[in-house]
Amino acid sequence: MGASTSRSGGGAAILAAVRRNAWTIGLVVFMALLLVFTKIIQPSYGAAGLQGLGSSVLPLALAAVGQAIVVISGGIDLSIGSMMALTSVVSATMMNEQPEEFAIVVVICVLFLGLAIGAVNGTLAVVTRVPDIVVTLAMSFVWAGCALLVLKTPGGGSAKWLLNLVTGSLGTEWIPRAAVLLIVVVAIIWIPLRRSRLGLSIYAIGSNRLAAFRSGVPVGRTRIAAYMAMGLFAALGGLSLTASTGIGTPVPGPYTLMSVAAVVLGGVSLAGGRGGVFGAVAAVIILQLIRSDITFLNINPNLAVVVQGVILIGVVMIGSLVQIRRARA
Amino acid sequence: MTLTTTDLLLEATGISKTYGAVVALHAASLAIRPGEVHALMGANGAGKSTFVKILTGAIRPDTGTITLRGRQRIAHSPGEARHSGLVPVYQEPSLIPDLDIRANLRLTETPIEPFRHWAGELGLDTLDLSSMARQLPLASLRIIDLARALAIDPDVLMLDEMTAALPANLTERVLEVIGRRRGGSKSVIFISHRMIEIASICDRATVLREGETVGVVDVTAGAEDQIVQLMLGQAISDMPAVGKGAGAGARASDVTPRLAARSLSARTKLHDVSFELRPGEVLGVVALEGQGQDELFDILAGSERPGGGELLVDGAAVSFRHPADAIRAGLVYVPADRAQALLMQRSVRENIALPFTARMRTWGLIRTRAEHVKVDAAIETLQIDTRAQGEVRRLSGGNQQKVTIARWVAGGVKTMLCFDPTRGIDIRTKHQIYLLVRDLAAAGAAVLLYTSELKEVQLVCDRAIVIFGGRVVAEIAAADADEPTLLRAAYNLKGDAAIPQLAAAEPGSGSVVAPVAQQEAN
Amino acid sequence: MSGSASVQPTRASWASAAAWRGMFRDRPIVPLVGLLALMIVVIRIVQPDIISPGWVGVTFRAAIPLAILAACQTLTFLTGGIDLSVGAVASMSGFMVATLVGHQGLAVALLVPLLIAAIAGAVTGFGVGVFRVHPLIMTLGMSLVVLGLANVWQLIMVQTGGGVPPDLRTLGSATLGGILPYSLLVFVPLAAFILFLLRGTGYGRLLYAIGDNPIASRLSGVRSWQVLVVLYSLSAVLAAIAGFLYSGLTNVASVSLVDTAVLPSVAAAVIGGTSIMGGRGGFSGTIVGVLILTVLTSLLSSLGYPEAVRQILFGAIIVAVAAAYTRVTAES
Repeated sequence: MGASTSRSGGGAAILAAVRRNAWTIGLVVFMALLLVFTKIIQPSYGAAGLQGLGSSVLPLALAAVGQAIVVISGGIDLSIGSMMALTSVVSATMMNEQPEEFAIVVVICVLFLGLAIGAVNGTLAVVTRVPDIVVTLAMSFVWAGCALLVLKTPGGGSAKWLLNLVTGSLGTEWIPRAAVLLIVVVAIIWIPLRRSRLGLSIYAIGSNRLAAFRSGVPVGRTRIAAYMAMGLFAALGGLSLTASTGIGTPVPGPYTLMSVAAVVLGGVSLAGGRGGVFGAVAAVIILQLIRSDITFLNINPNLAVVVQGVILIGVVMIGSLVQIRRARA
Repeated sequence: MTLTTTDLLLEATGISKTYGAVVALHAASLAIRPGEVHALMGANGAGKSTFVKILTGAIRPDTGTITLRGRQRIAHSPGEARHSGLVPVYQEPSLIPDLDIRANLRLTETPIEPFRHWAGELGLDTLDLSSMARQLPLASLRIIDLARALAIDPDVLMLDEMTAALPANLTERVLEVIGRRRGGSKSVIFISHRMIEIASICDRATVLREGETVGVVDVTAGAEDQIVQLMLGQAISDMPAVGKGAGAGARASDVTPRLAARSLSARTKLHDVSFELRPGEVLGVVALEGQGQDELFDILAGSERPGGGELLVDGAAVSFRHPADAIRAGLVYVPADRAQALLMQRSVRENIALPFTARMRTWGLIRTRAEHVKVDAAIETLQIDTRAQGEVRRLSGGNQQKVTIARWVAGGVKTMLCFDPTRGIDIRTKHQIYLLVRDLAAAGAAVLLYTSELKEVQLVCDRAIVIFGGRVVAEIAAADADEPTLLRAAYNLKGDAAIPQLAAAEPGSGSVVAPVAQQEAN
Repeated sequence: MSGSASVQPTRASWASAAAWRGMFRDRPIVPLVGLLALMIVVIRIVQPDIISPGWVGVTFRAAIPLAILAACQTLTFLTGGIDLSVGAVASMSGFMVATLVGHQGLAVALLVPLLIAAIAGAVTGFGVGVFRVHPLIMTLGMSLVVLGLANVWQLIMVQTGGGVPPDLRTLGSATLGGILPYSLLVFVPLAAFILFLLRGTGYGRLLYAIGDNPIASRLSGVRSWQVLVVLYSLSAVLAAIAGFLYSGLTNVASVSLVDTAVLPSVAAAVIGGTSIMGGRGGFSGTIVGVLILTVLTSLLSSLGYPEAVRQILFGAIIVAVAAAYTRVTAES
């Protein structure tokens, strides 16, 4: 009797956990289906394809993780692309024609730079009380300008071992190094953060700021911490750009808006408080797979952009439709 | 009987707070002895909420000192206040909707075992800690919030209207648990509008009026009158009578009702509501909080669709899909919450003229002169103070409420639905609103008026219906609708039975703490 | 309440500070024009020879298309939205004209992109108004769709060639007597229309109302989806017109022509005092905001500062101005 109830209780817990993460699980399943589909339409797609996939999604995946943290806290950061450009050119400039070992110092410096610029964004948003979207939009100009000050045109260099870190495979050829790197980075930074009281606070201020404040959460400091975490991931994204291209580019890529799109597709509510980073990463991979599938199918590659846009709109529309219906029921 | 500072658990003296030119508090004080349950009382706008915010560290006072256990301190944040031993529980639970209960407990560093104990004491022994706060019913959340506060065993527990809209059986348990804290070394600050609760568990009461502590009363039998006297002040005697009866001729029962509801139901809140509202009549609606009156007004205003039943306007069945449909049928709605009704950053004129341009064919050129005539007439009728008319948010609460009514008066009223229109406004404005409602009725309009102030029924209404548990349980003519009668009816009492038991036995009230699964099934 | 709420006359310094505050809150255009004048004075001091009728013409010419894009942001801001699809829509329409004009003639070449823009805008409006998709996401998604379709069109049309029609080049880049750009012919009626729309029509009132308080608007009988569908269609049409002017100004037809103007258009609306949270602002402030950004660009380039400095200053000004607005408009 006791055993059976506990088992059913455990089953219920699993069921509840599945239901709670239904979106992420759905994304992962869809991602797997897409991989199978890719293999079917392009039988030669194999280990090399996976490795390419890994290194091509790495910068955006890191950006999406950072963006997800800020969005969960109830904010948004429109300067993440500029931050990546800045950290990328700083790292490329510092590593240029330097010994390989020096790159470790550079990586550490750039990570601290990421924390610092994230802190600037967060502090400005908290102190001025200007909406996050406006502050970070303005800061996107500032960081892009700083990137141009550091490096006028694409240039600089990168350590070889950094390049090796983001390309190729580990152990068997089926495990891309970029994927391992991504998992390690997220495991080292996000998972402890998620389980800490700070992580709870980040979810809390995004979910209901007044209730969080009343529960004793230091709202301002927590917001700044979320931006700092994002800055860290932006710096990692910038480093991955430098590593994979071997140079630094002062012009921001499409990472700002694409990271927002990935976060939304990944099940993170723009209102804050809901979702996690894994959904966002899965969404990044799905978007990239769709792009390559369209190429494999010999369809006009520009349609990939259209498909991405339609998916973004469609998914969000369906999501809000479900919510409206649920509210009525 | 005087106590020295060291005997007091919490003492706040000379607290003042000014917002711009508005003085919210100027000489507030509060002294809490160990082991007492202390009521903090005051009419709306007396500065109670500002005082609460200062005590809990949400805002800082301009002047004044706060001493807790003999140590002087002013909390700079709610977190700091918690750590120094003052834990508040509010009407809206401060649980994070997207975290489960366990995470919510971690967030406030609440130990789990004492929490479970208190949750059990409060009647919530089957709580699943991994359920999301979002999925739990409001009443459970409040109980959880209270249990969470009790688990910390704070020096001072502050309950801010936390029993409002709690079902009677839970209220009883809460009061019982709170009452048990009397006589120990810890204290409770209890804020409530319900005099019965104050009388049953409080030792003393501090009364605020216009930002000032005007008295501290020992709560004994008969203290209610003294408290009410202090809250109202000397200047305001009983309200002047409002002329009634002008619309009496139109109230003959053979007239087609302006609005008729037949067995309206909605979800779990409204089961069977029927009534008729005739032209020239003010029909009062009386109910304790959360008896389905919110849903009823939402349906009538077109914000929500009924689950069943029929609605007739001037004898013809109607179905509203949007508030615009209700407005077209002549049903206009004045919500209680002014934040729901007003464009706070816009002018008085734009606020009043808003319905004029709502429909697509009025999107074009604004006929300025015609609009001015209508708006000015409405401003005149309601005597709105237009000195700060550039932005409605700079008006006083009473003037804001007048603007929400003027919006409909300007276009001509056939049927007005007023949901507690005098909540939180000063007595003079209240009286003006009573007069206006009577004038509208005299001119042939029909008014449905929900009020939480029972004495308004006799002042303004021709008759009243009483809703309890989603059903109309009584219809009372104004002449018989004195406060005791209405209150008994509101609790669905028959004969001379004591108030709480019957209410607790009512089906439905027990389901408020139902497990999550049942909630999701809906 | 009535007794405690009365305003007591206090020290004169406080009164004057409050007066300044009140002016900045109620008439933000006054300090903005002051800022603009200050920048022109600075230019006169550091580069006396730069200010000439020709310079005025060039400044206006550059400011006008940006001002039209900023109008899209102003209108959508008022309802609490934003339109990030203006870049894609504008680029698409400029490119369409260049590719269509050879075969179809100018009238058709102009009408087709306007129609496409209106349809795209209506879809956006449906998404925002009916499905309640966040405007940021909806317009971002729409810009991906429009951009992608424009790219597909580009590949289809790559053989046919074509180019920016001469009439459009004249309209976008030529000036009358070296001072008055012909694009004023488009801009003045448009600006007058927008200003009138916001001040004198019921529709304009509703934009403010929805942005200020959607619940109050609904309870007053406003069907906000209708307002939003019209709004985003209008915004897209305005963006398309801006796209014509951009391609005329630069004599370039490219599907990414206007991308870089999206963030400045948002910035101009912010500087102009329109709240991104809705319910407050107007187009006249935005025009001054655009002029401030354009003059600043001109000043910095005349002083030989690199692009980097311009961007950093842009960002700093946006934060500073937005913070100032937040301070003066904050409640209590």
